[in-house]
Amino acid sequence: MAAVATGGMGAESSGSMVAAAGKSNVTSFQRRGTRASGTDSGGPRLVSIAGTRPSVRNGQLLVSTGLPALDQLLGGGLAVGTVLLIEEDKYNIYSPLLFKYFLAEGIINGHTLLVASAKEDPADILQELPAPLIEENSKKEFDKDEGNCKTLESNIKMKIAWRYQLLPKMEQVKPTSSSRFGHYYDASKRIPQELIEASKWHGFFLPEKISSPLKVEPCSLTLGYIMLLQFIQNIIYEEGFDGSNPQKKQKNILRIGIQNLGSPLWGDDICCTENCDNSHSLTKFLYVLRGLLRNSLSACIITMPTHLIQNKGVIARVTNLSDTVVGLESFIGSERETNPLYKDYHGLIHIRQIPRLNNLICDESDVKDLAFKLKRKLFTIE
Amino acid sequence: MFTELNNLLNTAPDRAEQGKLTLLCDAKTDGSFLVNHFLSFYLKANCKVCFVALIQSFSHYNIVGQKLGVSLTTARECGQLVFLEGLKSSVDVFFQAQEEPHPLQFLRETNAGNLQPLYEFVREALKPVDNRGAAWRCPVLLVDDLSVLLSLGMGAVAVLDFIHYCRATVCWELKGNVVALVHDSGDAEDEENDILLNGLSHQSHLILRAEGLATGFCRDVHGQLRILWRRPSQPTAQRDQSLTYQYKIQDKSVSFFAKGMSPAVL
Repeated sequence: MAAVATGGMGAESSGSMVAAAGKSNVTSFQRRGTRASGTDSGGPRLVSIAGTRPSVRNGQLLVSTGLPALDQLLGGGLAVGTVLLIEEDKYNIYSPLLFKYFLAEGIINGHTLLVASAKEDPADILQELPAPLIEENSKKEFDKDEGNCKTLESNIKMKIAWRYQLLPKMEQVKPTSSSRFGHYYDASKRIPQELIEASKWHGFFLPEKISSPLKVEPCSLTLGYIMLLQFIQNIIYEEGFDGSNPQKKQKNILRIGIQNLGSPLWGDDICCTENCDNSHSLTKFLYVLRGLLRNSLSACIITMPTHLIQNKGVIARVTNLSDTVVGLESFIGSERETNPLYKDYHGLIHIRQIPRLNNLICDESDVKDLAFKLKRKLFTIE
Repeated sequence: MFTELNNLLNTAPDRAEQGKLTLLCDAKTDGSFLVNHFLSFYLKANCKVCFVALIQSFSHYNIVGQKLGVSLTTARECGQLVFLEGLKSSVDVFFQAQEEPHPLQFLRETNAGNLQPLYEFVREALKPVDNRGAAWRCPVLLVDDLSVLLSLGMGAVAVLDFIHYCRATVCWELKGNVVALVHDSGDAEDEENDILLNGLSHQSHLILRAEGLATGFCRDVHGQLRILWRRPSQPTAQRDQSLTYQYKIQDKSVSFFAKGMSPAVL
């Protein structure tokens, strides 16, 4: 899809390689894919951006959702250039966790973040990200990392050191490089402060933006949506995520997180009435957002309170306009809480839609009924 | 192009019918494989194709097309295929004021816009060229999918009007074909979408309806396809004939079999 075949999306070497693969037929695609994940020395060149890997199935660049179990369900990860829509659970307890895992994974891999919210200040959201659990073998290196960071004491130098440390690891063979893709997080601890300081992020806090007067030409979209789209578009073009203006520095991934999209706080009234005037606002927003993502090196997670939306037709349209859709249903307040079958779990996770990218079929897992539980530290899906 | 589907529909690229409106419809499953089938079918049939692709990017269709044995890039270069990439154009239209009307101009408009620019685009793309008029067989308009137009703020009546105009121009005037995909929202109570679907079902000559299995997810059967012919020229006994098959999508093809006759079961 766009991310792969527009060329120049990956670093120079991988860009030409992927483009070449795009021109040949599928079989070569798969051969390259398996080679990349094998021990062949030519393989790891494809993985030029930290925290990404090509899909074995369709050659699409994947990023982790921050939850290895969910990655597995979605066919290896979230494809770059696509939207992951999380349908919030009733009391919005578990969906922010998935949202934060996604962002924390971006920080660990040195990706640029874009956090948009109408409820909380993005800076506060970042403070509450979960801390990564480091495996024993890479722990030493990680400590060394932090040691470097402390001695340098400068943000910029710290970032360079951080990236530099990551590079050799990407060139190692499969077991280590796959452990770099997707981490486990400790939900009870917060992410180390220095990691947040080292990361590059942009925040979009609606009440802040809306107070500053801005000339917007009349459009059928809600004001908040227009501003967010313009904000995202600016970041994508200024920092070169669109791949159109080749930059000298290393290519990176933009992770976009949008919280509670469609809720009344965004100035949208689809949650309040069934037949409202601007019921197309949300779907139009999603369409343009998807257009932006398809032409850039970015992945987006959206949480949406779908149970609040009054018109069922809107939900169906929203589903059609996003790529991956995952629904969360918690047991709190439902009859199932007392059901002995579910006593070990906190809720159900529904995989509603998996995208078909460059392919007739999609990577569907065989099991569709999945439950999740939040242990003291880990979020697990079974 | 899936040969098995051609056999079911009793057609082949070298004897494609003309002047028909085909409605593709999917309920609780993804019917995009049908769009890919018709795209490769008409490209192989040497037809001039105008593809209004609103839901996916060009490279997606291109890579799937290669699996089915057609190259969209080549077809576009030699003028056989006119491709309107909705996702890409939407960004251009939304962020920059266009000087001349863009086919997707309605994205910018405050009140419900109209689809006239899109129709003009289709007519311009498919109008016969004099100097090389005999090069392509018949013009074909392919839309993936019409439900997106509803999401973008169009009314069902505006979309029906658009299809009616296209039918008059492409099917009748130019003796070509129109193929369009519409999602069936099922129990989601999407009124606009139901109006569109019923309106189109009423006028189309052939309806292909892909449905998810009523019994739920299955690894070896992906869904069932209902084929409904509405041919006035046939004797009454064969008119409005409906057939149901189950299908399984594979990497490069789709296999069809009678209900309950999945190779995995037998």
